[in-house]
Amino acid sequence: MVAPGPQANSSSSHTGAPGAPLITGPATGLAGRQRTERPVIEFQNVWKTYQSAEPVYALRGVSIKIYAGEYLSIIGPSGSGKSTFMHILGCLDTPTSGRYLLAGSDVSKMDEEALAEVRNRRIGFVFQQFHLLPSLSAWRNVELPLLYAGVGRQERRARAMSALEQVGLANRSSHHPNQLSGGQQQRVAVARALVTEPDVVLADEPTGNLDSHASADVLSMFADMHKAGRTVVLITHENDVAAAAERIMRFRDGKFVDAEETAA
Amino acid sequence: MSFFETVRSGLEAIATHRMRSGLTVLGILIGIAAVILTVGLGEGATASVNSAINSLGTNLLIVTPGSSSTGLVRGGAGSADTLTYANAQDLANKKDCPDIAGVAPQVSAFATLVAGSQNWTTTVYGSTTQWLSVRGRSIAEGSWFTPSQMSHAGNVVVLGQTTAQELGLTFNPIGQTVNIDNVPFTVIGVLNSSGSSSSAQNQDDLAVVPLTTAEEVTGSTTVSTIYLQAKSQSTLDAADQEATNLLLQLHGITNPTEADFTITSESSLVSTATSVDRTLTVLLGGIAAISLLVGGIGVMNIMLVSVTERVREIGLRKALGATPGVIRRQFLIEASTLGLAGGLAGAALGIIGAEVIPHFISNKISISGFATVGAVIVAVAIGIIFGVYPASRAARLAPIEALRSE
Ligand SMILES: Nc1ncnc2c1ncn2[C@@H]1O[C@H](COP(=O)(O)OP(=O)(O)O)[C@@H](O)[C@H]1O
Ligand SMILES: [Mg+2]
Repeated sequence: MVAPGPQANSSSSHTGAPGAPLITGPATGLAGRQRTERPVIEFQNVWKTYQSAEPVYALRGVSIKIYAGEYLSIIGPSGSGKSTFMHILGCLDTPTSGRYLLAGSDVSKMDEEALAEVRNRRIGFVFQQFHLLPSLSAWRNVELPLLYAGVGRQERRARAMSALEQVGLANRSSHHPNQLSGGQQQRVAVARALVTEPDVVLADEPTGNLDSHASADVLSMFADMHKAGRTVVLITHENDVAAAAERIMRFRDGKFVDAEETAA
Repeated sequence: MSFFETVRSGLEAIATHRMRSGLTVLGILIGIAAVILTVGLGEGATASVNSAINSLGTNLLIVTPGSSSTGLVRGGAGSADTLTYANAQDLANKKDCPDIAGVAPQVSAFATLVAGSQNWTTTVYGSTTQWLSVRGRSIAEGSWFTPSQMSHAGNVVVLGQTTAQELGLTFNPIGQTVNIDNVPFTVIGVLNSSGSSSSAQNQDDLAVVPLTTAEEVTGSTTVSTIYLQAKSQSTLDAADQEATNLLLQLHGITNPTEADFTITSESSLVSTATSVDRTLTVLLGGIAAISLLVGGIGVMNIMLVSVTERVREIGLRKALGATPGVIRRQFLIEASTLGLAGGLAGAALGIIGAEVIPHFISNKISISGFATVGAVIVAVAIGIIFGVYPASRAARLAPIEALRSE
């Protein structure tokens, strides 16, 4: 499947993995319980080509299995296709070829409505740019996914408030994004990703715009989510951020190049 | 997402972009107000023409001397002296003309009236006892002249409201003396106001004397007009036919195309007048409709700008689970809300305009509830129609394109 590259080995500078990295495949090194289960996410030779002036091969045959309850980080240089991968993973975009199975069902066969529902029910997103709506207060931003899920107003408010409490921003619930610091805005975004209690939380460079203190806060929240049993996929280009995860996958030139496991 | 939630989202989006939304609403507002006012102007003109014509009396036929086929312009004085008081008396005969309910021959002349130190020049009519009912008028004070005053050619006069005022006869006018061209007449009555203010000729500025008295003064037996009242709207044509036949016979004319008189019905006057008004209304209405169309294009323009500007917001909402249908509905609701706001504000402006504008121009503007409600509905429809394209563009946006744009 995936061949180990010498650069991939030499660039792994984190200290979490004792001995030589295990590079025999995505599922390698996972506990036996996960290997017997069906993966929640499975990519089978997924390609993504952008048709611009000349075609850009953003994904070149990505195959990976992600099991329920995993905390996975994906690390790779800028432009390597990580965001493209995450967009397909989050059902925001579709593969050019290959199969993507989410909880056993083939996403490429779903229509717009079904994809919207999958995004709404199963996935929580955290973006580098926060993507909060500036015209809405913190709790109104957090309640948005519940609005599209058809949850009643009372319950939406209660759940949004409790999600804000989890990220320590209950006292800022009626502040607008421009009245919050970057770290606080990202915590609101985390609360929004949590509020629907999704199976999978996807974070694309969530600490990219944050100082180290705020980064640590956000990372501890992902660790909490993982402890609570959610599947967390964290995309980053920083080794120390990636090190927070249970499993680290390296991404380069549109595909995974190796797999490592931290001593979690 | 419930309909109510979608409406709330749409309203919030409008409130967020107040300036832009306000300008869009302004575009529709102007169009709707223009439509309401032009339709109102047209209806006002029609209504005042109708009331002027109706003020002549109901179910009326107007016999004037002169042939309609000679192409002469019909004037009050007529083109020939072919109608007489005797003709009128024959038309009143029930045997030949069973469908004619009333006959009022009329002569008219300008004369100067003097009461005490006041003098006033007005139209003095000479007519018979039936003038009052045929012309649909009534007495406010005193009485109309009696058959006896009629046959004795009494020097009695009934004044219109305006004439009585101008002569200073507002208080206790009955029994006062008015000199008409230096002949003394006794005021026996004052007419009620005709209620028609905008007619070309003021129906309240007149004086009426017995036809016999007028004949004595002028020495002529011809009349300028004979008003005939049919028994009902449905017998108007029959009455017209009976009068035509009798007058042809009385005047010894065998070929109807050579008739030396013309009979005009009140309804033909109304239809002529209203068709002129309708042309004008259609023309003005067309201009107003174009301004409404421009308003609609304004909505589309603003909605497209709004979609472009909110690409990120739309993408984010989709990423969080908004279906294309939800996004489309939200934009349609925004567009139709802008339409509704423009429609309501335009209707309000139109109604205010209908009150204010007639103070500056002589025309009356009558606003109908039907036209107003219709205009508001049209405004909402315009919002929806011109919102469909931008809304479906928003709905089709790929969430990823939207999230990528910075
Ligand atoms: N919409 C697009 N059209 C054309 N090329 C694109 C588009 N999106 C991404 N790419 C290209 O695909 C490659 C992978 O991009 P991306 O997934 O954003 O990488 P990363 O997130 O790892 O920085 C880059 O070369 C980028 O320029
Ligand atoms: Mg990226």
